[in-house]
Amino acid sequence: MKYLNAEQVTKRMDGRIAKNNILKVLFLLATLFGLIVLAILIYRVVVDSIGWIDWNFLTGRQSTDAERAGIMGALLGTLWMMLVVAPVTLILGIGTAIYLELYAKKGRLQSIIQTNIANLAGVPSIVYGILGLTIFVRAMEMGNIILAGGLTLSLLILPIVIVAAQEAIRAVPGFLSEASYGMGATKWQTIKNVILPAALPGMLTGAILALSRAIGETAPLTVIGIPALIIPFPEGIFDKFTALPMQIYYWTIDSSLVAEYANLAAGTIIVLLILLFVLNSAAIFIRNKFQQRF
Amino acid sequence: MSLLTVKENIGMVNNSNTDMASLVQANKNIVFDTKDLNLWYGETHALKDINLKINEKEVTAIIGPSGCGKSTYLKTLNRMVELVPTVRTTGEITYKGQSILDKSFKVENLRTRVGMVFQKPNPFPKSIYDNIAYGPRIHGIRNKKILDEIVEKSLRGAYIWDEVKDRLKENAYGLSGGQQQRLCIARTLAIEPDVILMDEPTSALDPKSTLKIEDLVQELKKDYSIIIVTHNMQQAARISDRTAFFLNGEVVEFDVTDTIFTKPTDNRTEDYISGRFG
Ligand SMILES: Nc1ncnc2c1ncn2[C@@H]1O[C@H](COP(=O)(O)OP(=O)(O)OP(=O)(O)O)[C@@H](O)[C@H]1O
Ligand SMILES: [Mg+2]
Repeated sequence: MKYLNAEQVTKRMDGRIAKNNILKVLFLLATLFGLIVLAILIYRVVVDSIGWIDWNFLTGRQSTDAERAGIMGALLGTLWMMLVVAPVTLILGIGTAIYLELYAKKGRLQSIIQTNIANLAGVPSIVYGILGLTIFVRAMEMGNIILAGGLTLSLLILPIVIVAAQEAIRAVPGFLSEASYGMGATKWQTIKNVILPAALPGMLTGAILALSRAIGETAPLTVIGIPALIIPFPEGIFDKFTALPMQIYYWTIDSSLVAEYANLAAGTIIVLLILLFVLNSAAIFIRNKFQQRF
Repeated sequence: MSLLTVKENIGMVNNSNTDMASLVQANKNIVFDTKDLNLWYGETHALKDINLKINEKEVTAIIGPSGCGKSTYLKTLNRMVELVPTVRTTGEITYKGQSILDKSFKVENLRTRVGMVFQKPNPFPKSIYDNIAYGPRIHGIRNKKILDEIVEKSLRGAYIWDEVKDRLKENAYGLSGGQQQRLCIARTLAIEPDVILMDEPTSALDPKSTLKIEDLVQELKKDYSIIIVTHNMQQAARISDRTAFFLNGEVVEFDVTDTIFTKPTDNRTEDYISGRFG
């Protein structure tokens, strides 16, 4: 006896295929919605910035005069800050991931820490700003210098870097570390020679993507009190500074006073987007180039 | 497979290789002495009252149906089983007289004496050279000339030198499965162990590569004690001196391979090797 009636199946076939086609169009529309909004956004920014991005804009100092204003100070501020964020998050993030994945006993404490890291990744960035203000700017009396801003942003992205690094470690096949242990290697030798080389591309990719999130963050910097106007260029991590997103923020707010500030903000957004694009390309490059195959 | 084909194979081995009768009498040194070993994975009682004496410079085969504890026993001998956090053991295993299950016995020391070859070839994603040099390097050898010598000696020992000598700098994953497995054997030889544990080393390989590894095992037993887990009855019959038959975590029978395959004392052994279950 057969359960499937060939005639019935054929009869229902048209309906099934039609349903499939309708859904295909719906999903395509969902995709297009996001893409179109993004395209409009970029179009507006590009149009607003046309004619404003020139050599003087890129290398000039901050100024209230829209014609003379440049973003070099903010660009340097952002780069100096990344010079703080990158090593701090890489060292702390990878260290934490190694401990949690490879050394910590799987138990209650470990799972509590794990859950909290996942939760911290979801805490709004302004809360980290308040934390940074309380700890670095006030309690440690740093003031609103690059180091304080960098450490604040490090805290912000640390959970993301940790989770990415943990996933990269977990993706290393167990048979590789078994081979190492089987030859009498210690845990650290196995981590250093087998697990880290295999996990590093994944760790770096995750860290760079997190870094590009930090570059665009504005709220925490507002909270720790980054000023609107700083004429001298920062020359080290103990200098006062401003950063690209802050520059965009202030120029956008003040565009009600001076209309040209809107064009300056648009130009700054383009520079910031290019910076992010370069970082994300680096992440993809590292992933493709150094990923080990087994 | 019928009991008959196995017997024929034993005949072959007898003629060409070892004289079983003299083997029984030979007064060999014991390399591993297992006494009342019990092992649990959490609640699962995986090994029950194991008592086995394993001779030096012999090939000992471990056979038995899937899930009977063969791999678990093998991994207890180099304490790799401890990588599973829920594992608990009682009883004693001595390696050349030293009690190894003791926490005070450094596993790193044990594993340099007792090397392991895994079921699936597992080279590192490094060059052929670096794979072999891995063991010596972690044990502190830095001298390039000495490393070169170890690499060549180990690759020759695993009969793969001629196939790879011109491509030592290439990634090990460019080798065929059978070559990878012999590379892994060479990598184990490079730590100059006394014992080599092999967990179904040929189950992922084609018949030709399998024969190469079987020949290799015959060569290696001149210098090493070899314990090999296999699902292939003919393989056990062909290459081993003694065979232990495991069932449900217990050793049902342990004897000279010839005896196990021709006149086993336990009915369950006979049923298993004649293919009636398992
Ligand atoms: N990591 C583990 N955690 C829990 N139970 C395990 C673990 N590894 C093995 N076991 C259990 O221990 C028993 C013995 O397993 P083992 O792997 O030693 O069998 P085996 O004889 O090697 O089987 P196979 O021939 O399929 O490889 C099985 O019941 C198995 O389910
Ligand atoms: Mg097994």
